[in-house]
Amino acid sequence: MTPEEIREKDREIHAFVEVFGEARSFGDGTLSGKTIAIKDNLLFEGHLASAGSKILEGFVAPYDATVVKKLKEAGAIIVGRTNMDEFAMGSSTESSSYGVTRNPHDPERVPGGSSGGSAAAVAAGMVDTALGSDTGGSVRQPAAFCGVVGLKPTYGRVSRNGLIAMASSFDQIGPIAKSVKDVETLYHIIAGQDPLDSTTISDKTYPASKKFSKTIGVPEFSLQNEEVKNNFEEAVKKFKSLGYEVREVNLENLKHALAVYYIIMPAEASSNLARFDGIRYGFHKEGKDSIDDYFETRGAGFGQEVRRRIILGTYVLSSGYYDEYYGKAVEARKLITRELRDLFQEVDLMLTPTTPSPAWKIGEKKSDPLEMYLEDIFTVHANISGCPAISLPSGFSGKLPLGIELTADLGREDNLFAAGKDFLNENG
Amino acid sequence: MLDLAKLARIKISDEEAENLSHEFESILKYVGEVSKFKKVNKLDKEKSPIRNVMREDGEAHKGRVGGEYIKVKKIL
Repeated sequence: MTPEEIREKDREIHAFVEVFGEARSFGDGTLSGKTIAIKDNLLFEGHLASAGSKILEGFVAPYDATVVKKLKEAGAIIVGRTNMDEFAMGSSTESSSYGVTRNPHDPERVPGGSSGGSAAAVAAGMVDTALGSDTGGSVRQPAAFCGVVGLKPTYGRVSRNGLIAMASSFDQIGPIAKSVKDVETLYHIIAGQDPLDSTTISDKTYPASKKFSKTIGVPEFSLQNEEVKNNFEEAVKKFKSLGYEVREVNLENLKHALAVYYIIMPAEASSNLARFDGIRYGFHKEGKDSIDDYFETRGAGFGQEVRRRIILGTYVLSSGYYDEYYGKAVEARKLITRELRDLFQEVDLMLTPTTPSPAWKIGEKKSDPLEMYLEDIFTVHANISGCPAISLPSGFSGKLPLGIELTADLGREDNLFAAGKDFLNENG
Repeated sequence: MLDLAKLARIKISDEEAENLSHEFESILKYVGEVSKFKKVNKLDKEKSPIRNVMREDGEAHKGRVGGEYIKVKKIL
């Protein structure tokens, strides 16, 4: 689509915060002629970057994120920046300061989040591929809600230089596309060690210890939604028919992953977002003195969900509660990671649904934050452990897409691609 | 709640503070289950292969920057 055609189509969906005026390639390579959208928390030199927040109003990126630089070198045409939950905090793209994005399969429903704009843009055919970021499921969950493929790579696999941070021990940039093959292509372009992000890993960091043997583990979980349950059972059957061995596995502490996530994530976010003080970036609101400038700017510049998470993070880190919440969560995180890594000595992959339900109606879960948080139940383990995970479209509930999720051991994206291509019949 | 907001340097209204205290009650009840975890000694020895290092700051951002300085209100 041309920028004009995208703008026209986007009137209904609002996947984009901005469609750039000029659509051109900056280089020549694997992605020449391919269009791509980037989430609005990735810096593209000379363009606005808001992370869906009013507090970054008018902020122009002074440099290219490493992933953007790589896209340019590969010849991709970066067509615009996509809508997202403010600072990637949300599962529905409703917390953006720039309006709600609608699900292309049903405009009354959310596209998921926080990379809802990126997933919706791919699903609606406005771009070939898109980049999102995934802190607790923010690439995989919207991919499932919009019926596309979304990958969260191994922690450290993709440089985050130029990504506006949310929770730094979880954040990872990931590709979204209509096929596993396209996700894999984009993944290979953006992956790699980067001197500008000291957390990036090399190919030697996690040496492959196990050969792919078509084995899948399914942990115990409960599902309220019958259609999601049936769809998941169908997916298990399909893997079996493809020659996979699927067995039940026991992960004692996996059920605590969400609690761990909702302690560590706000703690890190409260610290990361301390930099938005009204002086160095974007929006500024005058107070009666210097310190009051902070209070006024942050009170008016951050949206409700961001204020909630910063204050929650401040609470779990405050003296007297630190050991009870943050300290315990860090311990539990180690335990969950160890259990998952042990599991991947036995099986290649873990299989779960990506979400406990299909896309909900816009506004339906806005009044109860905990209810919204519980939607991340199947995705946060991958961020807690650093393991790579992929969401694959697995069918529909009515007209609403459903997704299944595969998780692999650290550094084993290759297993996700192999099984993903088998599942979506991309090998023939 | 207002004290917490003060620590976070965010101005919130009394009404928001009231709502937050209700919401936090249910959120903290849910996440509080981590307190059941017992410390597992063998895990202390596990070190991540990833470590943090510092590097020089990049070029200063525009905004409220004047020359080599960041513009702020008079303090004294």
